[in-house]
Amino acid sequence: MRYLLQRFQRLLIVLAAVTFVTFLLVNVLPGDVAYEIAGMDSSEEEVQQIREDLGLNRPILVRYGEWVGGIFTGDWGRSYLSDEDVWESITDRFPVSFELMILAQILALTMAIPAGIVSAFRPNGRGDRLIGSVAFASVSMPSFMTAILLIYFFALYLGWLPATGYEPISSGLWENLRPMILPALSLALVEWTVLMRTLRVEMISVLQENYIALARAKGMPNYRILLVHALRPSSFSMITLLGLQVARLLGGTIIIEQIFGIPGVGRLLIHAVYTRDFIVIQGCVTFFALAFVTANFIVDIAYAWLDPRVRTGGAHG
Amino acid sequence: MADISQESGTKSYAATPDDKAAKHAEAIAHFKKRNKFGLYFWIPMVWLLFVLFCAVFAPLFGLPPADEIDWMYIKEGPNEVHWLGTDSLGRDMLSRIIYGGRVSLTVGFAAPFIGVGLGLILGMIAGYYRGWADEIIGIAIDTWLAIPGLVILLLFSVVFGGSLFMVCFSLGLLFIPTAARITRAATLNYAGREFVLAAKALGASDFRILTKEVFPNIIWPLIAFILIDIPIAIVIEGSLSFLGLSVKAPTPSWGGIIAEGREVLSTSPHIAMYPTLVMFLTVLSFNLVGDAIRRRLADVREGAI
Repeated sequence: MRYLLQRFQRLLIVLAAVTFVTFLLVNVLPGDVAYEIAGMDSSEEEVQQIREDLGLNRPILVRYGEWVGGIFTGDWGRSYLSDEDVWESITDRFPVSFELMILAQILALTMAIPAGIVSAFRPNGRGDRLIGSVAFASVSMPSFMTAILLIYFFALYLGWLPATGYEPISSGLWENLRPMILPALSLALVEWTVLMRTLRVEMISVLQENYIALARAKGMPNYRILLVHALRPSSFSMITLLGLQVARLLGGTIIIEQIFGIPGVGRLLIHAVYTRDFIVIQGCVTFFALAFVTANFIVDIAYAWLDPRVRTGGAHG
Repeated sequence: MADISQESGTKSYAATPDDKAAKHAEAIAHFKKRNKFGLYFWIPMVWLLFVLFCAVFAPLFGLPPADEIDWMYIKEGPNEVHWLGTDSLGRDMLSRIIYGGRVSLTVGFAAPFIGVGLGLILGMIAGYYRGWADEIIGIAIDTWLAIPGLVILLLFSVVFGGSLFMVCFSLGLLFIPTAARITRAATLNYAGREFVLAAKALGASDFRILTKEVFPNIIWPLIAFILIDIPIAIVIEGSLSFLGLSVKAPTPSWGGIIAEGREVLSTSPHIAMYPTLVMFLTVLSFNLVGDAIRRRLADVREGAI
């Protein structure tokens, strides 16, 4: 319990720091948002007027306090350009990003688990080396390049899947999933290698255990040993990693959403960056940090729950 | 797996001195073999040197400038005038890829050094002084890690614009947290050692202890870390320029060319495919070379201990 409280305290400090740094960065900009709204050929008075209206002339700490206070009450401000509520536009889009991340993780797992098992079965064997090389190559392939190749092959050359677009779940499950396959695959093709390697290493050591030798001695077939007896105890690190990766994927979805035209939070952020819509940028960054920190916190809790040694916090210092 | 356990079972019974000597020789031979740079090192190395050579001596090849428009060839595939064809504005692809390589390689080398340099300083301070300095640096690092890397870069590109220096610098900042953590752990390890205490007893200043006693010991893991970071930096710069948020438009960069090529992927795929191929090979080569050097470094250090 004390361990979790400690983590939680740290989490709050980190969030405060994130919001402050973001706010500071966005608000000390040369050429603030008033110029953006006023347009190119506006007089200095007009700009001043807009500043006055938005309350931008007040001291930065006051504005920061107001904004952070608003975060707690659900008032994240309104977009300067589209006048949309920031919190609403984020929560509207987040399920889409989340679906993409989950699909990517599922695909990554379906690649990583069989590959990891085959690799661990005969370390340094032919299968292991082949999988290792493929993994090496796919790590060297950033997701946006994978996306381009996938679009070229599956959408343009074969014409099996749409190159861009998004369908809400209301128009049918398959209709919804179809345009998500390529984006999820682009992310998964980068992520699977880490999962595979973790599983492989842990499984190799599990396969040295006595009870595996016993199972072998009994004459149990290999597939049963691997799938029933070795897989579960080998997958703890991988599951932890899975949680941490969800957090990392948040960053990865940004570029993928942009390429495939998926209306998620990442796309909202990119659009805000292109149009210099600062309050939306602020909100998105805070949201990402919040999601990231929460995901990590959940992983911590899960970890403490799985492994009592962590609860005392001694090993982590 | 079954035959391995059998093998080890028989070994322990039948190990005669002769066998031992043979095993030893075999182990040394294996070590040497593992330690030698093989084809997986030299082939990527040749490619990297080739890319580097092209990037450095680009102006000497008599290529058309990267932003020169050739109205005769627009969106053409490879031909005798433009070896890799032209892009949708009629600019020479070969020239653009070579000049784009300059951006990627500059960022790839500069960013890790900036990040590791700053992380080194922070990590040594945190690990050596402990106490509140450690605490503050720890929180700063956690904060930094709480924002996804690409988001930090987006933020920086908005705030500071896209000059090559700023791209290198803000990308370098991404490598600080891990570098600082590695340094901190290593510094903690060495700060309590006898030779550091001896230096302290002799009246050496903290600065001198950190630079002359601690630094030479912790530099190796950081060099390995820089080797991992180079391809990562190239990939992230690629993502950033793919989004059009790296160096400004007329300056070619690999990610930028790929983004332009994406628009015309169905009609002229070569525009996206060539830079993709070049970038893939380069990143792969950096990974392979880095891996080989890292393994060798590890072996050398194991041997030294």
